[in-house]
Amino acid sequence: MKDIREDIAWAKINQDVLKSLENPRKLYWVILFAALSIFSVGVGCEIYQYNVGMGVENVNNPHVWGLYIATFIFWIGMSHSGTLLSAILHLMHADWRKPIYRFAEAMTTFSLMTAGLFVMVHIGRLWQFYYSLPYPNERGIWPNFQSPLLWDAMAIFTYLSSSILFLYVGMIPDLAIARDNIHAGWRKKLYTALSLGWEGTDRQWRNFRVTYLTIACFLIPLAVSVHSIVAGDFAMSQQPGWHVTSFPPYFVAGALYSGCAAIITLFIILRYVFRFEEYMTLPILKKTVRLTFAIAMVWTYLNAVEFASVWYSHDQASKDVLIQKATGPFAPFWWGMIFCGSVVPFVLSIKRFQTNIPVLFAVSLLLNLGMWLERWMIVAPTFSHGYYPWTWDHYQWPSIYAWGMVFASFGWFTLLFMIFCKVFPSVSMYEVKEMVYHRKLHAAKGGNNSQGAH
Amino acid sequence: MSVTNLLENWSQFRHFHPVDDKPHDPYKWAMSIDLDTCTGCNACSVACFAENNIPVVGKDKFEHGQQMHWMRIERYWDEDVSNPGGRDFPDQGAQFLPMMCQQCEAAPCETVCPVAATNHTPDGLNSQIYNRCIGSRYCSANCPFKVRYFNWYDYPTDDSVWPAEMNQQLNPDVSVRSKGVMEKCTFCVQRISAAKVTAKNEGRLVHEGEIQTACQQACPTNAITFGNLVDTESRVHKQWEAQRVEIDKDKQEKDEEKGGTDLRGYRILEELRAYPSVMYLERVRESAV
Repeated sequence: MKDIREDIAWAKINQDVLKSLENPRKLYWVILFAALSIFSVGVGCEIYQYNVGMGVENVNNPHVWGLYIATFIFWIGMSHSGTLLSAILHLMHADWRKPIYRFAEAMTTFSLMTAGLFVMVHIGRLWQFYYSLPYPNERGIWPNFQSPLLWDAMAIFTYLSSSILFLYVGMIPDLAIARDNIHAGWRKKLYTALSLGWEGTDRQWRNFRVTYLTIACFLIPLAVSVHSIVAGDFAMSQQPGWHVTSFPPYFVAGALYSGCAAIITLFIILRYVFRFEEYMTLPILKKTVRLTFAIAMVWTYLNAVEFASVWYSHDQASKDVLIQKATGPFAPFWWGMIFCGSVVPFVLSIKRFQTNIPVLFAVSLLLNLGMWLERWMIVAPTFSHGYYPWTWDHYQWPSIYAWGMVFASFGWFTLLFMIFCKVFPSVSMYEVKEMVYHRKLHAAKGGNNSQGAH
Repeated sequence: MSVTNLLENWSQFRHFHPVDDKPHDPYKWAMSIDLDTCTGCNACSVACFAENNIPVVGKDKFEHGQQMHWMRIERYWDEDVSNPGGRDFPDQGAQFLPMMCQQCEAAPCETVCPVAATNHTPDGLNSQIYNRCIGSRYCSANCPFKVRYFNWYDYPTDDSVWPAEMNQQLNPDVSVRSKGVMEKCTFCVQRISAAKVTAKNEGRLVHEGEIQTACQQACPTNAITFGNLVDTESRVHKQWEAQRVEIDKDKQEKDEEKGGTDLRGYRILEELRAYPSVMYLERVRESAV
């Protein structure tokens, strides 16, 4: 089965992709409007919280961190698969990534932006957040370079700026195509400015390739380090249930996992909304699904490693937290995480379902529900059952404002993502052309390459 | 810390607290609390509220766990473990434990603050700079004792905890905290500073007994002792020495001895290597629990 049809003409690729910029299905506007209204719920919650104080999150003395931090990790995690698809698979010459990496990379950027919002809404004095930046000032006061939270801020900022750069650089040839094919108007001006005078000369292509490869190589260690550092926020602390050395790989695996699940979700939505059936094909979906299944198993394994290392460490406090997770008031969520994260992915291993769009849509949402629960189950139970028994609080429940903000973050992400897909080509035209070109060469050379060499 | 300071004094930042620290000279503030004399009357807690301008949050917020008691009396119901079928809770009675910031020498809260709002002072206090705090609450997340309290609401203004007619009862030496900052027991740093200024003007060191913390002052049974651990004549030093509790050990030698000791001094969660500055003296009881 080929990834995409070989006989699509290059001009048709341009035409199909550029059509998505101006002429999506009606559902696009429905999604956009829904996202906007969901986001405005969060804006309302934040205005209220900003005025009244952090107490409206229902956080209290042991539970000083709540849903915001859990959701922050969730969004940071989701950003990782964009890099996996666009950079790691690029280096590995996995050509099937070509039609789908652009939106995955956009997902990276926008989920990082969403995560950044949660840092903002979490801190008690939002208006003083710049204290955590190492800006020069006459008093010589610097942030505390020992704090994992500061490493976190720097890692995320570096990752965000690099992935914006990567997204943009990879898009330059396509922006030039858009520039040359679009009618005059603001779009023409925008694409002209952003395509930086791209003419497609040999020298430009050579420089472009080198630049793209360099940023890809730079981004890979960055992606791994970002979530390791987020894991460090917990692993570097002293609290039972967090002080686990296996946290960084566990977090990275979880990040790739939720990101891959999100790619499946967005794949299905984009395929329908922008009429990308020719490019986001079922064989590509199948490969993504298999990748997701493999990562799901890695995550399951690392989860088991974490439980085992806590259990056999004989560190009573950590063990108590684990027992508390499995049997206490958080048990339904904890077992829900195990179910969604480790049991549901087995659906993906069944061949029949690997290209079944309704099933995959439901499964990918369930996987991400599981991954969100995972993050919550990392944050909350440790607070509820820490070292100091007098402060145990097993019944803290986040307020409606906190839930509203979490809910709204999905609206914010979808809003940014949908606007991006309407303004920029969300399928890489020049790379899809490469796929078609390669196939033709192969077909000319020998007759039996129909299985797809890449 | 400026970058030059960081680079020039790197070795100072990279060492094992508090074992490799420079010796505290001339002050190291410490406390000892005798649980045998503590009656759980809560006078210390009340005194602390009055001295440090701590807001009383009211019933609703208390139920949400948002209370601000820097000094809290913890209540533990005893079980008669040695005598099965014997007296049970609550007949067996309760134990009380006054708990406040332990002013750890290697405080877990200090290293994690992204903006360095909580620091160690040369006289061994864990200070909190309200103006610098951005409210990330990482310090509280990493505090094993959970003795840090966050201003979840704007108590002075929105909640008007101190209405106009009560403004006069606020302690002018202590700042009133706004919403979104962390606060905690300071060992009554305003009293310490005042005494140090007086002593400096008179060209001497602070005497033993010159500083009393508010909780110590209010305690009817003198369960709380506060003083300078460096001063060999101070009561707190003598107590620590008599109990063979050393500040820079995560395991006291007396606990290693065979057969144990009769000494009552211990520090809470000592094994976490936070090196708290508060020593508790175990309660002596009729029934061996």
